[in-house]
Amino acid sequence: MSRTAYLLLLAVFLAPAVIIYSTFSIYPLLATIFNSFYDRQDDGTSLFVGLSNFTTLLSDPTWSAPFWNAFRNNCLFFLIHMCVQNPIGLVLAALLSLPRLNLRATYRTLIFMPTMLSVVVIGFSWQLILSPLWGVAKMFLSFFGLGFLFGPWLGEESTALLTISLISVWQFVGIPMILIYTALLAIPDELIDAATVDGLNQFQAFIWVKLPLILPTLGLVSVLTFVNNFNAFDLIYAMKGALAGPNFSADIMGTLFYRVFFGNQLQLGDTSMGSAIATMMFLIILTGVMIYLFVIQRRMHRYSF
Amino acid sequence: MLKTALKSMLLAAVASVALAGSASAGKITIESWRNDDATIWKEKIIPAFQAKHPDITVEFNPTAPAEYNAALNARLEGGTAGDIITCRPFDASLDLFNKGHLASLNDLPSMASFSDVAKSAWTTDDGKTTFCVPMASVIHGFIYNKDIFKELGLEPPKTEEEFLALLEKIKANGTYTPLVLGTNDQWEAATMGFQNIGPNYWKGEEGRKALIDGSQKFTDAPYIDTFKALAKWAPYLGDGYKAQKYPDSQNLFGLGRGAVYAAGSWDISTFRGQNVNMGAFKAPPPAGSECYISDHTDIGIGMNAKTANAADAKVFLDWVGSEEFANIFANALPGFFPLSSAKVTISDDVAQSFVSWRGECKSTIRNSYQILSRGTPNLENELWNVSAQVLNGTMTPEAAGAQLEDGLKKWYAPHQK
Amino acid sequence: MRKPASAIAVHAILGLYTVLALFPIVLVVMNSFKAKRAIFNTPLQPPMPWNFDPIGYAKVFGDSAITSYYLNSLVVTTGTIFMTLLFGAMAAWALTEYKFRWNTLLALYLSIGIMVPIRLGSVAIIQLVSDLNMINTLSALVLVYTAQSLPLSIFILSEFIAQIPKDLREAGRCDGLTEFHIFFYIVLPLIRPAMATVAVFTMIPVWNDLWFPLLLAPTNGKQTITLGVQQFLGQYITDWNAVLAALSTAIIPVLILYVIFSRQLIRGLTSGAVK
Repeated sequence: MSRTAYLLLLAVFLAPAVIIYSTFSIYPLLATIFNSFYDRQDDGTSLFVGLSNFTTLLSDPTWSAPFWNAFRNNCLFFLIHMCVQNPIGLVLAALLSLPRLNLRATYRTLIFMPTMLSVVVIGFSWQLILSPLWGVAKMFLSFFGLGFLFGPWLGEESTALLTISLISVWQFVGIPMILIYTALLAIPDELIDAATVDGLNQFQAFIWVKLPLILPTLGLVSVLTFVNNFNAFDLIYAMKGALAGPNFSADIMGTLFYRVFFGNQLQLGDTSMGSAIATMMFLIILTGVMIYLFVIQRRMHRYSF
Repeated sequence: MLKTALKSMLLAAVASVALAGSASAGKITIESWRNDDATIWKEKIIPAFQAKHPDITVEFNPTAPAEYNAALNARLEGGTAGDIITCRPFDASLDLFNKGHLASLNDLPSMASFSDVAKSAWTTDDGKTTFCVPMASVIHGFIYNKDIFKELGLEPPKTEEEFLALLEKIKANGTYTPLVLGTNDQWEAATMGFQNIGPNYWKGEEGRKALIDGSQKFTDAPYIDTFKALAKWAPYLGDGYKAQKYPDSQNLFGLGRGAVYAAGSWDISTFRGQNVNMGAFKAPPPAGSECYISDHTDIGIGMNAKTANAADAKVFLDWVGSEEFANIFANALPGFFPLSSAKVTISDDVAQSFVSWRGECKSTIRNSYQILSRGTPNLENELWNVSAQVLNGTMTPEAAGAQLEDGLKKWYAPHQK
Repeated sequence: MRKPASAIAVHAILGLYTVLALFPIVLVVMNSFKAKRAIFNTPLQPPMPWNFDPIGYAKVFGDSAITSYYLNSLVVTTGTIFMTLLFGAMAAWALTEYKFRWNTLLALYLSIGIMVPIRLGSVAIIQLVSDLNMINTLSALVLVYTAQSLPLSIFILSEFIAQIPKDLREAGRCDGLTEFHIFFYIVLPLIRPAMATVAVFTMIPVWNDLWFPLLLAPTNGKQTITLGVQQFLGQYITDWNAVLAALSTAIIPVLILYVIFSRQLIRGLTSGAVK
């Protein structure tokens, strides 16, 4: 094949994907980062202001207080997913991958189901269930004699974020479950057989043989959770609105970005500051992914296959 | 610039894949946040317009209130918004005009039928240009369930003291939720709470103007007293009111489980649809005080400056300013009171009692809407937040006032003295 | 499992969690078929002849163009899946099979999109789409969603293509097949399971997205089902029959599609993609 023909071939295979992706994903992202260095004037023109949007965001208390509040809440949101969603996903995956388990496919299909649904639908359904007006949650708790535990969880400053996080965990637990499950299935049977011959029981075999082998998958699951959690927006917006109350206790980066960028009731949208927040989100996510790629993943490879 | 070069390059590359959309003549689209009213626009208002102008097709395209500003701004920036824009009052729309998104409507013939007060919410600071046709105002007050009042032998209260005594009686009876109001969505606490009863404390326009010129502060007695009055409602709100959303409130009252509903007049049509036997009373002032009502210029309607169909859009807007529209609108949507000076007969009795308060009390508009919500932190957002917290019992009235004043002080010169 | 006791425990845990996963969905779907009074008073009771009332569905299908919204969603989703699979597989093939100077860099460039939400660039996207005169077209949505889905699909498909034995491709070349023939007739059929996985991963966010339909194609009957349901909810928010019916209307088709595809999804995943 001549060099020209080779390049032409490459172009034909790569061009459609690269063009669509560059136009509708990378260009808009660059435009947003660009905007964060400008200040939009009332007459529609933009003025280059260097890093001043970022200094305002991080040092002026009017901006930095909501920013760090959203960041803290977002970290908490992520932590809850790490401590609840991923362990539950691991346990479910471990149980599903047990040999000779009946109804395996049924469980797997049904447990994954909430992940398929729109956050709009999920948010709305849970709201109805937790609503004091309908009282399903209360009825349910009362049935077990726990009626006194019921409260307006979505409305209390101390519980709103926790409640929403758990709903999000409920919806997305299927993803770590499936990823870990497939990793477990990929472990050769001989390894397990060898372990059982050595006198380990199922549980010990899981802890000592399987778990170390799926560490890379657990790393992947963690970084996916991180990226998704710092991109989250829909669920909190659907349940609590753009002000993510009470007293911004459920405000995360996504809702803050939305509120600043697009405005709220009487608050006007601020393209420049909104872009600055978006750029910060990008940097946070990038940092997380870099840590995963260069620290965690590299170290794990030493222990894996 | 790199940005433009990159963009045009990409544009050229993608243009080959693109399928062009087309704008058809004789068709106009309305942007609005009144999704509750979509049926009425489709079934009553638009057909009435088309009876006169069969050559113009009108589509009503509402966005949910919470997303309206964001979605509208994005569409205006991108040049994809509808031809007709429903206008929020004051600064939100003024900003759209300043950015060149809304057209001047000074030359619209029917503008003559609106008073300067009616137009003030959609006029530039210098008073020279009006950019939206004033459509309606909404009045705050309380709606009550007549059947429950009859059953418990209650009368609508005249003063704040009577109001609290009334709520206490309903609570003692135990069958019904005394006062229907939730704090989950926050805006209800500010709008149906703070702005509803507040004018009685800050003396309507007098206090509103004093806040703007800086002679009064949110830490002054009238505002703290409003929050104190608000805090007293907490024991009478429904079970779990902190997680109660606006639609929950509407359902609670609509199903006949609540006795009194902290209302905006726009709720009337919702409850008519649920066949509630209802009456209304105005925000009861403390004993011995004069009464004030919040009669807020809430909806205007203007034209997208970049519409491809300006001629038809203006024909439609001129019709919105007509007496015919005022009558259809006022009666199709009881609780939205037309702002035009045309003679309008309102047939709904609850709407009538709302509008009758204009004769008994002095009117004012919500105090956070003009000028004061122009800066960061945004006063209206702050007001939602602290009002909800006061009702939740997580913030004292004094702290609420202090937080509002602190926010205002950060950017508004008259409050920095 | 050898011991019946532990088998029972495993089934108890899995069964309990399944109930937890399904309860909210079942509750909504169940109550959507009931009369308003029954929804409020006996929410946990399944629909029975005496409390059955499909009025919510009558409203959903009577008052809104829900069938055309389904069609829009179907067009957008299948369009996106088609473009993502075709262009994604082509790019993945080029990146894994051919060695060229910018190979690694290009692969890295294409994977940025996995971690960055495309929503951050919304305003630029709107301007772009409007410059292209594509506002309120379904093609605009397809292009944006394709851009959003390509990175992950290229990532997954590359892993699969790398596993195809070299001999197969070389055999094709020896038989004098062109590179296009090798790609379309040898490679594509071999990575079918992976394509099913990518299809499911692409389908979920696209079908469920509210954001871009709201900004790019909100009117003129171009609404997708998720947006249509959201608009409908806004309008009938206090009418719980209608609300529950609308929610169910959004849930049921996804579940049907999922049940059809779930076997493919698992098979695709287990044959080694996302490891």
